Amino acid sequence: MPNPVMLAAGILGTTGASLRRAARSGVGCVVTKSLGPEPKAGYKGPTVVQVEGGLLNAMGLPNPSYRNFQEEIDVAREGGIPVVASIFGSCAEEFVEVAKGLNSDGFELNLSCPHAERYGAEIGCEGVNVEEITRAVKKSVQVPVWVKLTPNVTDIRVLGLAAQRGGADAVVAINTLKAMAIDVESGMPILGNRFGGLSGPAIKPVAVRCVYDLASVLEIPVIGVGGISTWEDAIEMILAGAQGVQIGTALKEGYDLFDSICGGVASYLDRKSLTLPEIRGMARRF
Amino acid sequence: MRPINCVIEEIREETPSVRTFFFDASLDPKPGQYLMLWVRGTDEIPMSFSYPNGMTVQRVGDTTSALFDLGPGDSVGVRGPLGNGFTLGGERILLVGGGVGAAPLAFLGDVAKDSGVEITTLVGYRCGDDVLFEKRFRNMGNLVITTDDGSLGTCGRASSGLSCLDLEDYDQIYLCGPEVMMVDIIQRCKGFEDKIQASIERYMKCGMGLCGSCCLDPDGTRVCVEGPVIRADRLLNTEFGRYKRGPSGSKKYRA
Repeated sequence: MPNPVMLAAGILGTTGASLRRAARSGVGCVVTKSLGPEPKAGYKGPTVVQVEGGLLNAMGLPNPSYRNFQEEIDVAREGGIPVVASIFGSCAEEFVEVAKGLNSDGFELNLSCPHAERYGAEIGCEGVNVEEITRAVKKSVQVPVWVKLTPNVTDIRVLGLAAQRGGADAVVAINTLKAMAIDVESGMPILGNRFGGLSGPAIKPVAVRCVYDLASVLEIPVIGVGGISTWEDAIEMILAGAQGVQIGTALKEGYDLFDSICGGVASYLDRKSLTLPEIRGMARRF
Repeated sequence: MRPINCVIEEIREETPSVRTFFFDASLDPKPGQYLMLWVRGTDEIPMSFSYPNGMTVQRVGDTTSALFDLGPGDSVGVRGPLGNGFTLGGERILLVGGGVGAAPLAFLGDVAKDSGVEITTLVGYRCGDDVLFEKRFRNMGNLVITTDDGSLGTCGRASSGLSCLDLEDYDQIYLCGPEVMMVDIIQRCKGFEDKIQASIERYMKCGMGLCGSCCLDPDGTRVCVEGPVIRADRLLNTEFGRYKRGPSGSKKYRA
């Protein structure tokens, strides 16, 4: 993948048309909304709340199920870049069912959604589950398998190592941080689901640390995600050891953001007369 | 933004199933913009402004029913104003509405009248009991009302009222109503699509152009931020009128 900037899962990934639009806006790869075994409508609203330094969301994994999504992937592929399907399930068998039912350029295993009962981080916070599910999916498909990790654990390296033992081609870090917001007037949690996940600039330092830690122990690539909204953020993530970066929340500024981040990264490298591989993980030398 | 607390100051019964809720303060919207209305304990739904400080709501589901249970002094959570809104242009405009879709048009008409624009309104309702803002529209200028059952005005759909109008006369045409009605109107206004601004509805969740649930095929227009007002010539050859997506993202074809 020549361009290390990607669209993160769950952002503008519900339809093939919006993924294709992102693909044509200058990214190197797009990741779909997470797809599961059965259609899900998601939680009642509010599903997104703006808070200090970012966004809080609990969408509830809405998706039409993998059975109704291949046509969207096919449309997204017209954008001319790899389309990675984010998938979820409650166990290895369900992950395998979803993965086998989709033709995509790669899979990103959602073992990290922080607010879904039976899914995501509920199973992905245990290394043994991460390893088993990764191995099962890896055995059943021919394309690269990435594992998206939750930061809501004591030591994310344990999960990264488990993914690596399971045969993952890369890990993606981090998913959102567990969080909530309460309506002062009524005393009620604002999100329909009460709890959600925090994204945006507020979590970037957490993400940088996780990427740094993971890159220090893993042989497989680490893809950095969490609060990146400028080219400097992208560079910082790469200096921490990321092979690529994903952009999510910052896209509320519009699709032009991709160009400004990619352009900024390129001119930085030019100014420093360095290449991406040369700066990758540079912070770990100090 | 976090939902801000808006106190309901007054509730006006417009028709048996439609009420206007006035907040105690203006949210300073442009006509055609919308708000995300959080009726605490139920859900958050998009709703057009019908006044700078008000919205006109038809009771259709759980959330609107919960809203109808509220009285003056109660409050709701509001995010907004959101979306692009209508662009006012020209000296003579035509408003074309269907049912409760008349709400944002009435707000637009108020603003247009204040700036000296000549306004003609064509609105269709199911029956005389459903008629909304008759006085408000009449005060703006020329008004044509149609009802499906003929109990008031011209008998027939809104589109049947088009025959008494010359579309050449208008600099801009503003359209809001049920999708099937809007498609019908656009088809009957062939050649004028570039001056029709249509306020459309898609399943909205985040209201900030991120979640993707409201994106239009085939170009991925994010209705929640790039809409809800979209020029009719840009709606041609899209999913509009053929299908829309539900909360899971699956397509629902027009019956």
